[in-house]
Amino acid sequence: MKASRYPIYFALPAVALYLAFFIIPSLAGIAFAFTDWSPYSDQVNFIGWDNFAKIFSPNERYLVYIKNTLVFTVATVVLKTIFALGLALLLNEGVKRLVNFYRVMIYLPAILPTLIVALIFRSILHPSSGILNRFLRAVGLEEFALKWLTDPNIALFSVVAVDTWKGVGYIMVILLAGLQTIPRDYYEAAQIDGANAWDRFRYVTLPMLTPALVVVSVLNVLYGLRVFDIVYALTNGGPGYATEVIATDIFKAFSLGQYGLGTAVSTILFIMLVIAGYFVIRLLERGRTQD
Amino acid sequence: MLLRTLRSAGAHLAAIAASLVMFVPVYQIAVNALKSKAQANGLGLEFPTELNWANFSTVIDKGKLVSGFFNSMLYAGGSSVASTLIAALAAFVLSRKRTRMNRFVYFFLIMGIALPINFFTLTMMMQATNLINSREGMIILYAALQIPFAVFLIYGFIESIPRELDEAATVDGCSPFQLFYKIILPLLTPVLVTTGILSFLGAWNEFLLPLYYLNSSSYWPMTLSVYNFFGQYSQNWNLVSADILLTILPVIAVYLLGQRFILSGLTGGAVKG
Repeated sequence: MKASRYPIYFALPAVALYLAFFIIPSLAGIAFAFTDWSPYSDQVNFIGWDNFAKIFSPNERYLVYIKNTLVFTVATVVLKTIFALGLALLLNEGVKRLVNFYRVMIYLPAILPTLIVALIFRSILHPSSGILNRFLRAVGLEEFALKWLTDPNIALFSVVAVDTWKGVGYIMVILLAGLQTIPRDYYEAAQIDGANAWDRFRYVTLPMLTPALVVVSVLNVLYGLRVFDIVYALTNGGPGYATEVIATDIFKAFSLGQYGLGTAVSTILFIMLVIAGYFVIRLLERGRTQD
Repeated sequence: MLLRTLRSAGAHLAAIAASLVMFVPVYQIAVNALKSKAQANGLGLEFPTELNWANFSTVIDKGKLVSGFFNSMLYAGGSSVASTLIAALAAFVLSRKRTRMNRFVYFFLIMGIALPINFFTLTMMMQATNLINSREGMIILYAALQIPFAVFLIYGFIESIPRELDEAATVDGCSPFQLFYKIILPLLTPVLVTTGILSFLGAWNEFLLPLYYLNSSSYWPMTLSVYNFFGQYSQNWNLVSADILLTILPVIAVYLLGQRFILSGLTGGAVKG
């Protein structure tokens, strides 16, 4: 009687869909990564480690794409966390009224389609007529009015900046909720002990907020490693290959019919994320059982 | 007292500045959507000198927005309802009966939050199941991709429903499915709404899957239509703005109406403890 109250077949539809469209393709991908698979030929030949040798060869650009992906990931994690923490502190301690209004406004970019955010910023960052450069010229900062998306030296950082603008609200909402769980008495006790504002931040806020900070950083890492939309629509990997990341390269391989090679790149991404995912799940679950 | 007032004013000023930075791009789109071609191509923030309402009818006609809207509604609506219900069913048994095996199935499912898609081998799967380049295929794919996060959100919420209810219902003769459908599901309403809205927005904003798997433009969702429209009309920023505005209006409406659920879902899922 008790055994049949929670029949395991209730989980079957979820597991079946997940297996069919997520896990089986990814595992099959590992096998196809060792072939010359292409849509233009019926034959699929085993070619050993050739695809991987090509990817990790210094004569190819794949290591640059991996580097760009990692730079994007680290830079967005750091910037989003710093800005989000500043904004969350501002809303939690600075302003007493209108907190929800500000929160709704700052979170707004996070719900917009990334593709559309990118199109909007292509106009804002336009070198001659975009509002950013017009503003910089108007306030006398002519030399900072750069070619944001077409100068290979700064394009990647422009993409990082736009992504930070879009994602900071999401991180702020989570950190703000974390701040709101810190009991007021801790601050009062610290104040009585003579702690100034910095001490209170350093010895009360930061330690209490660490679990939330870890969770948001990890979620950002997962997002950063898989980033596609914002790069594709802002620069499509250009100028040259200055902003090419793993996911945009995979899409190009798909368009060019390099299925074997593309699957090998996908497999590398898959392995990176399985490792990252393992830690994420442990973190998310630890957060939950502490509750 | 004066110091405190000054500090509070400074904080409000900073918060207003941050809000403006977040809002200006949306504002820019809204004013440019009504401008003439010549004025909009200046990309400025000033108000339109004349109101060109015709921009909207032009983009609705040329940007295939009506079919795009219905496709987006179908993909986002269909997949969010399907994935939320399927995930609730799974989360219910996995959360209630924690055998070693069920724990493993749960972790295996939520691992999907982190995993990337392999588009090459997924193409084979889509061809094998006859779902490539079809509306059904999009709905099923989005549903499958949203299941891991939905299971994660709902699983945590089920713990808050007392088990005594299950026992009482079983004693009263409920089958497992009746117990789920009549007792558990109504109590899950808040988390189901949150999960549904987040899935809906996720699918509405996504465009990678249509980019890979939809060749026929009649199946395109709004995001892909906008991107294509931008490619053709990038010299007509007024029309691009009008197109963008019409695409993001439904998202902003859902956001403003459901912000309470959205924000609670984010925090409930990510920070506890």
